[in-house]
Amino acid sequence: MIYLDNAATSYRKPQVVIDAVCVALSGMGNAGRGAHKAALDASRLAYETRCMLSDLFGGYGAENVAFTSNSTEALNTAITGLFGRGDHVITTALEHNSVLRPLYRLEENGMELTILQADSKGCVDYEEFERNIRPNTKAIVCTHGSNLTGNLLDIKMIGDIARRHGLLFIVDASQTAGTFPIDMREMHIDTLCITGHKGLMAPQGIGALLIRDGLEIRPLKVGGSGIHTYDHAHPAEMPTRLEAGTLNMHGIAGLHAALQHLSDIGMDVIREKELSLAKAFYEGVRTIPGITVYGDFSVSERAPIVSLNIRDYDSSEVSDTLFVDYEIQTRPGGHCAPLMHEALGTVEQGAVRFSFNWFNTEAEVQAAVEAIRELAEE
Amino acid sequence: MVRIKRPAIVLSFEKTTDAMAVEKYCMENMLPGRLIPIPREITAGCGLAWKASPEDEKVLIDGLTKAGIGWSELHHLEL
Repeated sequence: MIYLDNAATSYRKPQVVIDAVCVALSGMGNAGRGAHKAALDASRLAYETRCMLSDLFGGYGAENVAFTSNSTEALNTAITGLFGRGDHVITTALEHNSVLRPLYRLEENGMELTILQADSKGCVDYEEFERNIRPNTKAIVCTHGSNLTGNLLDIKMIGDIARRHGLLFIVDASQTAGTFPIDMREMHIDTLCITGHKGLMAPQGIGALLIRDGLEIRPLKVGGSGIHTYDHAHPAEMPTRLEAGTLNMHGIAGLHAALQHLSDIGMDVIREKELSLAKAFYEGVRTIPGITVYGDFSVSERAPIVSLNIRDYDSSEVSDTLFVDYEIQTRPGGHCAPLMHEALGTVEQGAVRFSFNWFNTEAEVQAAVEAIRELAEE
Repeated sequence: MVRIKRPAIVLSFEKTTDAMAVEKYCMENMLPGRLIPIPREITAGCGLAWKASPEDEKVLIDGLTKAGIGWSELHHLEL
């Protein structure tokens, strides 16, 4: 079986992550719910993981790292917690529905939304960010990398634009966390939304919201907090402010091990391999007659994603054939990126997405190239 | 069972992460004390507090202050 759907989730996890989750499942208390050994061990693990995340992303300390179940929850928390009626927000056509849908919902309730269009290569004009700033513009919300084309946005440039105009900057790093360096302070990111189960190779069900010190976000959910039991209001202090209920400590244990694994191997080493595999696949398929590849391949800094179509074949049919006949697993269809498909002209057909990670091999890439070649010749 | 209460110093915190930071520093630097559930006498933002013996107050406070590790309030209690 060849798994090339890592943009959806990393199928394999490092053994240290598996071991850490197993150890956690053998015994784990509830962090922040007591001072006995089990509870304190959990609190210590959570704290250490917050510190590691803050260090990795140039954040503002452990207290400004809130665990979530994934990027979607982090984005919903940030977007619904920062914006409202009368605010104007700028976003892009590269976005996943986890950015678009919370914004659309606020738009239905009186928030103004501008979506910067992308060209047929999936690129935006950076000058459009400033051209669309209004007196009531509050923020720019955008992805670091498209889950469909693999194109990256220059978040340092966008962060500079946001800072110059006094805007908040919220970044969806679902496709880039663990692969590309992100520094909140350098890039003027006010809120960074990440998930553990893609590039970080941690379990599903754990993500985080990293915020700038002092940024106050209305919580998405309120409830159990371990403190101030008799108050009607949920605690206002971070990170408890944005963490109601029991943390996913088993997921945090896996994330902790994944972050250590990332540090041990080196993000640059991992990125180099992943990009090399994606590039080898691109180079192998791009000249095959009948193949259309989507995205901007004029730059080397891209997420390890290659999406394509074979003539006018339904992407679902191609993906299914790849699975049934070649045991190659890919994702077809819309990828929760509707506006990107509109820009690429692939709304009806969808696209077949190949996404690579640390555990893929050159042999797997070559097998995928040959499979595409055979299907294109049929 | 009735616990015999003894004098203690207790540091309270506004945030859970502040409590964990004190514990981490104290454990790494052999400073006295341990985390306890916050006593009912104290109102604070965090449900954990750092308890030590009164005779360790100076070495604990000096150590944390020198390292720039913060806490909310210092209490003298019988626990």
